[in-house]
Amino acid sequence: MRKLVPAALAAAVVAGLIAISGCDSTTVRAAVKSDKERKAAPDFALKDADGKTVHLADYKGKVVLLDFWATWCAPCKIEIPWFMEFEQKYKDKGFAVVGVSMDEDGWTVVKPYLQQLKINYRVVLGNDKVGDQYGGVDSLPTTFLIDRQGRIAATHVGLSGGKDDFQNDILHLLGTSHTSVGTPRSGVLAFFTRPE
Amino acid sequence: MKLKAEVRQGFHVNSNAPNDEFLIPLKLTWPMGPVEAEQVNYPKPQFEHYAFSANPVSVFSGNFEIVTRFKAAVGAMPGPAGITGKLRFQACNEKECLPPRTIDVRVTLDVQ
Repeated sequence: MRKLVPAALAAAVVAGLIAISGCDSTTVRAAVKSDKERKAAPDFALKDADGKTVHLADYKGKVVLLDFWATWCAPCKIEIPWFMEFEQKYKDKGFAVVGVSMDEDGWTVVKPYLQQLKINYRVVLGNDKVGDQYGGVDSLPTTFLIDRQGRIAATHVGLSGGKDDFQNDILHLLGTSHTSVGTPRSGVLAFFTRPE
Repeated sequence: MKLKAEVRQGFHVNSNAPNDEFLIPLKLTWPMGPVEAEQVNYPKPQFEHYAFSANPVSVFSGNFEIVTRFKAAVGAMPGPAGITGKLRFQACNEKECLPPRTIDVRVTLDVQ
C-alpha cells in the first residue's frame, strides 16, 4: 500500500474564513425618507409559487414591504410572522408584502418552508440580478418599504429595531402618500390608519 | 490533514450537523483521484443561544479544525498528488446572515 506524506506541513490555514464580504455586524434601520430623497424602486419580473410572473409595477398605488430573505436565514424567520400580521391587518388599506427568496435551491426548499410557516403573502424567487438592482443585497434579511408611487421610502438591513418600527413606517406610508399630495382628505386618512 | 478555520468575531457558521432542516451545514468534500479522503472529522459543535432562535443552534465559532484522513488510491503513482476539496459554509451573526459560500481547499500530498 502506498504511503501518503504531506508535502506541506499538516495544516492549510484558512484565515479569516468568514471574512466574506467585509460585512460588519451592525444593522441598518433608516427612518422613512423624505419625498425628495426617495428613489424609484427597480421593477422586476420574478416567478411566484404558482409559476406566475410578478412585477413590482403590479403594485403601483400600494405600499409594498419587499423582503429579501432565505430559508437558511434564521433571523429572517423572526420577521416573517410580523409581515404576515401586517399583510392581514393592512391589505385592505392598500398594502402588500412581497417576499423575495434568495434560496439557490429554489422552490424545492422554499415551498415546504412556505407551507410550514403558512405564509399568507406572495413569495417570488429572486436572483443575483434583482439583488444587484436593489443595491447589492449582501446580507439577509434586507427589507425595503416602497411607497404608493413606487419609490423606496425606507430600508431595514438585518434583524433591526423590531415589529413596532416596521409598523410605524408602514402606517406612515399608508398615510403619507395622501399627505404628500396635500389634499384635506389625506389628513383624515392618516388619522384612521393610526394604530389603536 | 488539518484544515484550520478562523471565524470572524461576532459571527458563527452552522456546524456540520445543524439542528434545523433548513440550515446549511458546513461540509468539506473531496473528489476521487490518486488520493482519496477516507474520513473527514469535524470538531464538536457549540450549542449557542441567539436572539433569533428559541432553541440552541449547533455552530462553530472562533478557531476550529477539520481533519481529513487521506489514502492513496490503488495503483496511484508515487510522487506529488494534488487534490482540491470544496468547503461549503454559511455564516450569521445575531442579526443577519451572509449568503452560503463554497471555497476551494487545495492540498498536495506525496504518494510514496
